[in-house]
Amino acid sequence: MREKATTLYFGPQHPGITGNMMIRLKVEGDTIVKATTEVGYLHRAFEKLQEKRNWLQSFTMMCRFCVPETDPMEELYARAVETIEGREVPERAKYIRVMVLELARLASFMLWYGGQNGSLGLYTMGQWSVGDRNYILDLFEELTGGRVYHMYIWPGGVRRDLPKGFEQKVIKTMDYLEKRLGDYDDLMFDNAIFKKRTQGVGIVDKDTAVEHGVVGAVLRGCGIKSDIRIDEPYEVYSKLDFEVPTSEGADIWARALVRRQEARQSIRIIRQVIDMMPGGAVYNKIPNPQKWKLPKGDAYVRVESVRGEVGLYAVSDGGTMPRRIHLRGAAYVHGITLLEDVLVGENIADVSAIMNSLGTCPPEIER
Amino acid sequence: MSFFDLKGTLKPLTALKQFGKKPHTISYPKESTEAAERYRGLHYNELEECIGCGNCSIICQNKAIDMIHVEGIEGSGGDSGLRPRVDNGRCCWCALCVEVCPTGSLSLTKDYMYVSDDADSFLFTPGVDNPEGKEILSFTTSDGVSLNTFNRVPMPELEGMERVKSFAEVVLGYNEEMALEEASRCISCGLCTEVCPEHMHIPEYINAIAAGKNDDAVRIIYDNNPLPEMCGKVCTRRCEDVCAIAVRGEAVAIRWLKRYATETAQTAEITKEIVNPEIKEPNGYKVGIVGAGPAGLTAGYYLALRGYDVTIYEANAKAGGMTMYGIPKYRFPLDSLDKQIEYIEKIGVKIKYNTKVGKDISFEKIYTESDAVFMGVGFPEAWTLGIDGEDAKGSMQAVNFLHEVNAGEKIDVGKKVAVIGGGNVAIDAARVSARLGAEVTILYRRRVQDMPADWEEIEGAEQEGINIVPQTIPVKILTDEKGKVKAIEYLMAEMVADDKGGRPKPVAIEGSNKVLELDSIMGAIGQQGDYSFLEGDFEAKIKVERGRIVVDENQQTTDPKVYAGGDAVNRTADAISAIADGFKACKAIDAALAEKR
Repeated sequence: MREKATTLYFGPQHPGITGNMMIRLKVEGDTIVKATTEVGYLHRAFEKLQEKRNWLQSFTMMCRFCVPETDPMEELYARAVETIEGREVPERAKYIRVMVLELARLASFMLWYGGQNGSLGLYTMGQWSVGDRNYILDLFEELTGGRVYHMYIWPGGVRRDLPKGFEQKVIKTMDYLEKRLGDYDDLMFDNAIFKKRTQGVGIVDKDTAVEHGVVGAVLRGCGIKSDIRIDEPYEVYSKLDFEVPTSEGADIWARALVRRQEARQSIRIIRQVIDMMPGGAVYNKIPNPQKWKLPKGDAYVRVESVRGEVGLYAVSDGGTMPRRIHLRGAAYVHGITLLEDVLVGENIADVSAIMNSLGTCPPEIER
Repeated sequence: MSFFDLKGTLKPLTALKQFGKKPHTISYPKESTEAAERYRGLHYNELEECIGCGNCSIICQNKAIDMIHVEGIEGSGGDSGLRPRVDNGRCCWCALCVEVCPTGSLSLTKDYMYVSDDADSFLFTPGVDNPEGKEILSFTTSDGVSLNTFNRVPMPELEGMERVKSFAEVVLGYNEEMALEEASRCISCGLCTEVCPEHMHIPEYINAIAAGKNDDAVRIIYDNNPLPEMCGKVCTRRCEDVCAIAVRGEAVAIRWLKRYATETAQTAEITKEIVNPEIKEPNGYKVGIVGAGPAGLTAGYYLALRGYDVTIYEANAKAGGMTMYGIPKYRFPLDSLDKQIEYIEKIGVKIKYNTKVGKDISFEKIYTESDAVFMGVGFPEAWTLGIDGEDAKGSMQAVNFLHEVNAGEKIDVGKKVAVIGGGNVAIDAARVSARLGAEVTILYRRRVQDMPADWEEIEGAEQEGINIVPQTIPVKILTDEKGKVKAIEYLMAEMVADDKGGRPKPVAIEGSNKVLELDSIMGAIGQQGDYSFLEGDFEAKIKVERGRIVVDENQQTTDPKVYAGGDAVNRTADAISAIADGFKACKAIDAALAEKR
């Protein structure tokens, strides 16, 4: 006898989902036959608001595009402005930026560890990784004055130089995290439940990935080596030695493996950056923000965030405010079109795990 | 994968090795950690240092900061009397307010707990509501990281010893690039507008200059000042004393920016084209003005724009008053003045030159022929030193000396000149003497820092090799057998604190007599008015007290038909105050005559 199809509403409440959005699931039994994403719950019109703020004020909004990983957004904005204006960034600031970006990547991984495992009911892992993330947030607090919204990377460099003894603290934290990553493996990758729930689930194969314009760990998880840090190096990434891990599995497991290896690469990058960091100024001062005008022009810049490539298009009409800011985030594709495709044929219980694995970040979808 | 994954089942159990270890996040009993050194928590404002410029309020992209009156804080020149209030419900703790604070009074603290069931209490006045915040400052600004630009774009000038060779203008003026850069330093707080006697629209015209719209700047400037190029060169610029940027850096060069903007209109025709003021139809009323100084010209210009038939009576051959005859041409060149007078005349102001009221025309005639009279007669007479030998040949008054030089007369001051006094007139006379080839000494009663002259003028004089001898009290002028000045004898003085809290007083040191040989001596210790033209009834009708004409807040004298302004009225004795008086009088005359219509 054929089972009758039912419609289920997944979300828009936050628990079990990566942010405030909704998926309308048409299910037959436990199997999804159709998924329709519904967004709009988180729209704050940041891009529009930025058009009414001057070039400095706009910078404070960037961090809110994606809460778990704010620094790549600030980096994007700073680089876009610097490109339009032709503003030089001191060498030391570039190294500090890379350090901050990689610390943010690590912190975001830690949160992802929690989300990915939590969505499968493995809560111990989440408590560990989010607890360990706190040590990175402590570093951010000391460096930038804020734990989550750093507002640290701004046009012309970074806001403040490293506090005294900060490098040692970073290295100490890295030593600790490196050790902890081993513990995570025991609890996660060697866990029979995790294996069973993730292997062969949420498949994004090469063709689908290319068709949708998928980026980041999802793309690398199906065997395509792509990373903006290598393909179009920014700041000082071209001077650093690191690898871009890939995996052929194309399922949640493969993507988790890629991310796990990337976390180790981030630690490796941070160690190098601290070793190589030159002295000097950290900031090429902008003029009086009230009267700071950018020449007419536009810029499109890209960074590699945890979710993948994020691009920012900024347009200046020669005035004190941006004419247009547009952010192209990985989550837009991953969280809407790709998700709708991937969910078909999957089990209801895996929706949350798949969302986490794809890197769907509703605040980034709705700017 | 086998059906039963033994390793996968056992491995997670290694988590048990964490058993009994100290938890990461939660601890019992609760331990609180102190926020980081740079933590961005609640605001704190050092109320005494804050000047209420409102730059924090402008930069706040959440509109979380407004400026309010705080009990016990009174505004004064350079302090708006307002203090920031933060809406903690809107604040995002980006701390841009701290980065742009020109005084550095605003900071963030390590305090981040704010719990209240009263939503109104989210409006939080830093420094008032949290005086204890001072102890836990965290995110602060310093000169190195501030977003304000504290250094002024240097003004190109003629080199010191080059200047004394001629009367060429010393200050060369900004070029476009310099002006744009300098204008971009302004934070538009408007504290300058408050102290400017004329309340010029300073932030507005600086913004226009910064935007590259010089014509707009010129129009804004001419809105309430018909002699802006003069002000752009020689104004006493009280605006710059209170500039918010000057608290930690060098004030925005407001005067030089005004000069730059107005100089872009090179002739009177171009000025008229740019300003293109609305001139009202003649209304049939006549206004007579005594004296074509800044006060008279201002009143005349704005009355003419309002449709009045204005005639100015000027005793000298040229208009401008003290700005023509008192200020040396290396500070304020003749062509610049001519251009501005020509523009005012083009608007319809009639100036009768070489017409001294009381001699060539009676005051009574002007009074009866006009519907209102404005007097901007100034302080033409010098105070004498009151010491022996002052009548000798070679002893003169600095203000008369400047008048003659500016009128184009050749004066021989000899090789050595001494000027007595410390005001702008003294410095001007000294610098003019240097240009006539003399070796100049300035004798001043108090210390150099007490000199009322503009500091830039004092510096300029020093660069030109003028010797300033402070703390000196002249005793007598010595003459030779022909009755010509030979030397001056003076006493050295020590500064004694004033019991009444005033500035320290110079007291002569007994027996410290010194003699300085010289060919000419000039007194520059102040001037006074000459009201001899007020004859007959007017002497009684128009009240003069302690050398000044008595006026009310509308510049009206004790005779309701007569108004007065300028040096003869106010104590500040500068051109911008005279312009302010003229403008006020214009509005009062217009209002008074409008009632009659």
